[in-house]
Amino acid sequence: MGLLSSVFKKDDQQKPADVVTKAEITKKEVKPVVDKITVGHVHMSGCTGCLVSLADNYGGLLTILDKYADLVYGLTLADVRHIPKMDVALVEGSVCINDKLSVEEIKQTREKAAIVVAVGGCASYGNITRFCRGGQQNQPQHESFLPIGDLIKVDVYIPGCAPTPQMIRNVCIMAYLLLKGSPEQKALATNYLKPLMMAAQKGTSACFCDLMTEVINQGLCMGCGSCAAACPVRAITHEFGKPQGTRDLCIKCGACYNQCPRSWFSFDVVPEYESIMELIDTVMK
Amino acid sequence: MGAELGKYKSCVSARSTDKAILAGAQDGGIVTTLFAYALAEGIIDGAIVAGPGDLPWKPRPMIATTYEELMAARGTKYNISPNVSFIKEATRSYGLDKVGIVGTPCQMQSVRKGQLYPIGLRDVGDKIALAIGIFCMENFPYQSILQLAEDHAAMSLESVKKMEIGKGKFTFMSERGAVVPLPLKVTHKYEQPGCHVCLDYVANLADVSCGSVGSPDGWSTVFVRSKKGDDIWAKSVAAGCFETKAIDSVKPGLELVTKLANEKIGKNQKTVDERKTFGVGKGLRIPYI
Repeated sequence: MGLLSSVFKKDDQQKPADVVTKAEITKKEVKPVVDKITVGHVHMSGCTGCLVSLADNYGGLLTILDKYADLVYGLTLADVRHIPKMDVALVEGSVCINDKLSVEEIKQTREKAAIVVAVGGCASYGNITRFCRGGQQNQPQHESFLPIGDLIKVDVYIPGCAPTPQMIRNVCIMAYLLLKGSPEQKALATNYLKPLMMAAQKGTSACFCDLMTEVINQGLCMGCGSCAAACPVRAITHEFGKPQGTRDLCIKCGACYNQCPRSWFSFDVVPEYESIMELIDTVMK
Repeated sequence: MGAELGKYKSCVSARSTDKAILAGAQDGGIVTTLFAYALAEGIIDGAIVAGPGDLPWKPRPMIATTYEELMAARGTKYNISPNVSFIKEATRSYGLDKVGIVGTPCQMQSVRKGQLYPIGLRDVGDKIALAIGIFCMENFPYQSILQLAEDHAAMSLESVKKMEIGKGKFTFMSERGAVVPLPLKVTHKYEQPGCHVCLDYVANLADVSCGSVGSPDGWSTVFVRSKKGDDIWAKSVAAGCFETKAIDSVKPGLELVTKLANEKIGKNQKTVDERKTFGVGKGLRIPYI
């Protein structure tokens, strides 16, 4: 049964009284969960803010775990010691290359996961861990941190510090549609994920300067204000309509550049915003 | 082309029935009236508009939560107001659960990208209750407006009462009654460069979009695009906020809108294509994928 048809079936049954709802619950338990995808949360050197963001989908997280994904690995969340085989690895944090275990685990993640997603600024671009100089108890020698893309091939980026619950949710849903959906859903998911895959190919460095070098210097900025809205540390203001960054405040998370409609913009996806948002709402019910 | 006007459910020529709004409106007072209606009905808690800035004719994004604040932001300024920069702040410091925003076509693209790809816009997407787009051929940096007014129209910006682009002219009107129409040929070079890769004329991604083109003086052409927009527009018309006329009953009508849309998109598509071979064996970056 395709995702949409199961969803629409549920919709039909929504209005009637309790009995029908009960029947539906029974059906859900009977239905095998084999077509779920397997997801793991791999924790490198990050602050757990990304994991909190994932959890901040609240009921939505339960829906995702109930219908679309099994959490097969996750610090404190799944009682699994070693990185298992999985469809999607959500990696939070950068890799401390002075720590053997971290390096080993990120390599294993690449081997064991079909899709590796860098969740958040640290995994994608280094973010705040770029500013680390070591010297912290009880491992003062841990001073060198690299975004995961410097050590392994990464498929998808979810930039931002913290990445938003909605963005993590959207990527989870699209990953499910990509792996388990109908041909049309696969096409939609491919289009949706494409810019995030291109971001992963583009590189492992980000900061406000990207807006200067890739947008303003390239004659593309039109002063919409997206970058200032996206910046988590309020480092961006607009002077006479153009972004100005207080570069000492910039934590190198990549949110401003990736939020900018002139960094990347997909005419295959964005003009369909109404139907895609409806689809997301429906599958999260 | 066929897609130059975007998807829309209906299109009319309309004018506000609020005389006070019309007195300071650019054309039909559509944006101010629709926001005022939405505020009064609780459809939005506030709207991000281009309010008065610290210099004459310099806009500043402002969150209007009252009729008076909306009134202060009436009229087109023809220079950049980064309205999207307030979209997260509106839901945070201002605590709005239902946000209205007005913007140019590119700003509507930003809003929709932000809803589908909320990289740095946590919990913002579902709070956008009404996005009104305005037709836009191009925008100008503030210093361009200053130069056009002072050097070309020989008016100080303080004394400019209204600016208007229409019928092939950028017209400056002064408080004392002087009217100086500048041919667009003169103003083109002052345009913001970022506008030259824009492929949207009539704010295809807004809930409701409007502009003067296609309608008689003092009226606006209105495209109703999304389900949300359709619902709010229908209610506001039923509440008597607008006088409307069928778009095919007015001159110059959709034909002119289509013509100008194709002109803009054609010209800018050419600019985009030329970016690929801008240098010698090297091109400029193209944002569209």
